[in-house]
Amino acid sequence: MVKIIIGLICLLIILFSPVGYNVITGRTGYIPLLKTPQYQGDCVEGTIYMRKRHMEVLERWRNAYVRDGIKRYVSINGIYNISLTGTCLKCHSNKAEFCDRCHDYGGIKPGCWDCHHIPEIKAEK
Amino acid sequence: MKIALPFFAIAAIVAVIYSGVKFYNLQIFFGIVLPYICFTLAIVGFIARIIRWAASPVPFHITTVCGQQKSLPWISHSKIESPTTGMGVLLRVIGETIVFRSLFRNDRASLYKDKSRVIYSSDKLLWAGALLFHWFLFIIVLRHLRLFLEPVPYWVITLQNMDGILETTIPGVYISNVIVSLSVLYLILRRFRSRIRYISLPADYFILFLLGSIILSGILMRHIYRVDILDAKAFIMGLIYLKPLVHEGLGAMFYVHLGLVSVLFMYIPHSKLMHMAGIFLSPTRNLKNDSRMKRHINPWGYPVKEHTYDEWEEEFKDALKEAGIPLEGEDVRLRQ
Repeated sequence: MVKIIIGLICLLIILFSPVGYNVITGRTGYIPLLKTPQYQGDCVEGTIYMRKRHMEVLERWRNAYVRDGIKRYVSINGIYNISLTGTCLKCHSNKAEFCDRCHDYGGIKPGCWDCHHIPEIKAEK
Repeated sequence: MKIALPFFAIAAIVAVIYSGVKFYNLQIFFGIVLPYICFTLAIVGFIARIIRWAASPVPFHITTVCGQQKSLPWISHSKIESPTTGMGVLLRVIGETIVFRSLFRNDRASLYKDKSRVIYSSDKLLWAGALLFHWFLFIIVLRHLRLFLEPVPYWVITLQNMDGILETTIPGVYISNVIVSLSVLYLILRRFRSRIRYISLPADYFILFLLGSIILSGILMRHIYRVDILDAKAFIMGLIYLKPLVHEGLGAMFYVHLGLVSVLFMYIPHSKLMHMAGIFLSPTRNLKNDSRMKRHINPWGYPVKEHTYDEWEEEFKDALKEAGIPLEGEDVRLRQ
């Protein structure tokens, strides 16, 4: 009986350990905030669409540009050059305060930066 | 009927959650109220069930063994299959838990070619299927920790990257998702075979369909009906710190997934899923085989008031004599 109660307590500790973990790290109410310092007009697609599907857009862009040689992306917001560095990063220039915020929060390690270089942050406040 | 009933039960649950969220905006009920209720019921039910099991007496060691028990020193003793020490029992239970050793010995009866006799052959497919299913389900559960832990620990990210090492599409296909889907499919199809269908109950199908629908909704949420992971995590963090908030970016598929998991949790204490605790509490597995080495005293033993034959004979001596019945106390031949 004692062993069973010890087992049950262990189970409860394991089950509730994530709750304790976040209390220890002090990030229970953390929600990432994004910064886009150099806003230059509308994004290629709407915000909600981009939040859910930007990775698919980027993959399509890569395939279109690298494999098919298509260099323009036409969307409801206009015509854009297919380029991560030249289009996306023009507004979203700060990787640490834009890309990384959500990716770290969701535990995602995208492969973008395996090839692309990380843009230098221009010193302007 | 045995298959249709659980199938439509699951379909009804999915339909109710989906339409409730999609058309009636019942996010608060299906996303917050239902998970809280189900989680509480699961914990309380689980503990109650364990206490009930723990209260049942185990007066005698009823170990089932399949190895040589400890006897004479020159007979080699199977220390794990017929354990006599606490360590042996521990190793046995661990082996049972992590590699399903007794399921490894699973066999199958079938008729020989000319149907002249019954033969028993080894059936490792169920063992392999069960092992893959459980382990990869465990990996999936660990992967979900990224939605519960902030900052996400390095090992969770490593696990996730190893699971998604194929880097097929964006978002990548996880190996664990493929294997778990296939093994659930195998476990379902296995029950359709005539002999196993004969012994299957609606509950057996229900749990498989429930798991299958959870896996399917998770995969759909990842690959087709995208969910904003940011909102998903913020929502879950709100749930676990009792500050629940409904977030916009969560589609109906998220609520279906969450609702089905809630139903699964609620169902655990009343289902065969209690094998997750039962495996540790099986008296045939977790006791030492020392019945012949140690005397086990009946725990309920109390001094019984005895009335021996000699005393009885003494009491009715006169009546017995009168009836001409020989008395053991006087006739030596009767006492030999």
